[in-house]
Amino acid sequence: MKILVADRQIVRPGDCLAILEKDEIQQGERLKYYPERHIYILNDKVFSDTVGLVSIEGGSISVIPLEGFYMPRADDLVIGVVSDIGITYWIVDIKAPYKAILPASDVIEGFNPAVHNLRAYLNIGDYVLAKIATFDRLRDPVLTTRGKGLGKIVDGFVISVKPSKVPRIIGKKGSMLAVLTNTTKCEIVVGLNGYLWAKCPSEKELLALIKAVRLIETKAHMRGLTEEVKLFLESILGEKRG
Amino acid sequence: MRNVASKPRLIREDGRRVDGRLPSELRPIRISVGILKNANGSALVEYGNTKVLAAVYGPRGAVPRSISMADRAALRVRYHMAPFSTEERKSPAPTRREIELSKVIREALEALVFTSLFPRTSIDVFIEVLQADGGTRTAGLTAASLALADAGIPMKDLAVGVAIGKVDGVLVVDINELEDQYGEADLPIGIAPNLGEIVLFQLNGVLTREELKQALDMAFKAAEQIYKLAKEALHNKYMKMLEEEVKTQ
Repeated sequence: MKILVADRQIVRPGDCLAILEKDEIQQGERLKYYPERHIYILNDKVFSDTVGLVSIEGGSISVIPLEGFYMPRADDLVIGVVSDIGITYWIVDIKAPYKAILPASDVIEGFNPAVHNLRAYLNIGDYVLAKIATFDRLRDPVLTTRGKGLGKIVDGFVISVKPSKVPRIIGKKGSMLAVLTNTTKCEIVVGLNGYLWAKCPSEKELLALIKAVRLIETKAHMRGLTEEVKLFLESILGEKRG
Repeated sequence: MRNVASKPRLIREDGRRVDGRLPSELRPIRISVGILKNANGSALVEYGNTKVLAAVYGPRGAVPRSISMADRAALRVRYHMAPFSTEERKSPAPTRREIELSKVIREALEALVFTSLFPRTSIDVFIEVLQADGGTRTAGLTAASLALADAGIPMKDLAVGVAIGKVDGVLVVDINELEDQYGEADLPIGIAPNLGEIVLFQLNGVLTREELKQALDMAFKAAEQIYKLAKEALHNKYMKMLEEEVKTQ
């Protein structure tokens, strides 16, 4: 494979990323699509399908989108807002193309629709930390709150971020998130659908955290951002921490 | 109908067109991306005096449910001309022409968007013509494809629209309103420049085989130029963010 682009270069839909060698060309299908890597192969060329940054790792090429929306995946940790209440379930908005369903039997032990009032447990507008139990695109995602720390969010703050920037907020092997938690001393839970749940020691740290998150969002396509965020937070919070 | 005698001279003696352009010259093109906050993706495209705004919403739950499809996202496109976009007020109700153009632009975009990734959803594209001076459907297609890319919707390629016309027997690129009205032929083409594919093709008027071949060549060359600007516009969005960041600090 002859790669035509540089690592972390901005590409657009239809930009040619690489040309395959003769022996790599797969016979049969004319167009081969890899949605997770945001690339597709047409004849002998590799193209990007979105606006994003090129990532070249060990001879494999992919594009990290700069724009976009959250697509549910099983086992993802997400934060949602209850948007509607059914008889035996809640409808939760998880900023995805599909509304998520949280079954009442999952939250209430020995659930009986005749006895339990769903509103008493989770009302419209409540934030809920949940895991995606199942999702296959043919049916709406189903959430579960069974697990440590999952359930209604009752304290702290929820910060909304662009879903496409979440990988950058976490950073490589969690490096960015480590900087954020260590310098601000906030407890941060990242919902992969574009929400951060932060519990901070005081308002000062919370505001610093929000500013840092916004900085990451606008500069997601820049190199050396982790270090910059660290310096930024230290300058706001005064003394050196962590 | 105006009488034929009032038809203006469209090609001047020096070979230039009514607005002073050479036959193969585009109008000044300005493109900006990501200009609407509430939309998932947006773009403003100007071909000379033609100004078109496109906004993309989705993929989102399809409303009404009946339009949703089990195997792919429903792409909905509305091409609409603002009442103030033309010299004489245009009724805001969708006309036959607007319904047709919505359809052809939708079909052009359907060829590029990977709709099968988001079954049961709808992707809504709104194309609003703010000022019309010829070539609104082609500018609309360019704007719509940029807005889709800005929304992060996976697609094979961008689409670029350009209209080739025949005026006073001469093939010209990117015709304006006057040339469209009095010309002999109007050939709007939508091109996916990287794939080299044609996604929109209409012809109003008469062209010979030879002329059509030549017109296609011109369209591909012009599309290449517009595509370059479109690519820059997408890139600039991120550069601009950085500049603003520097200013506020």
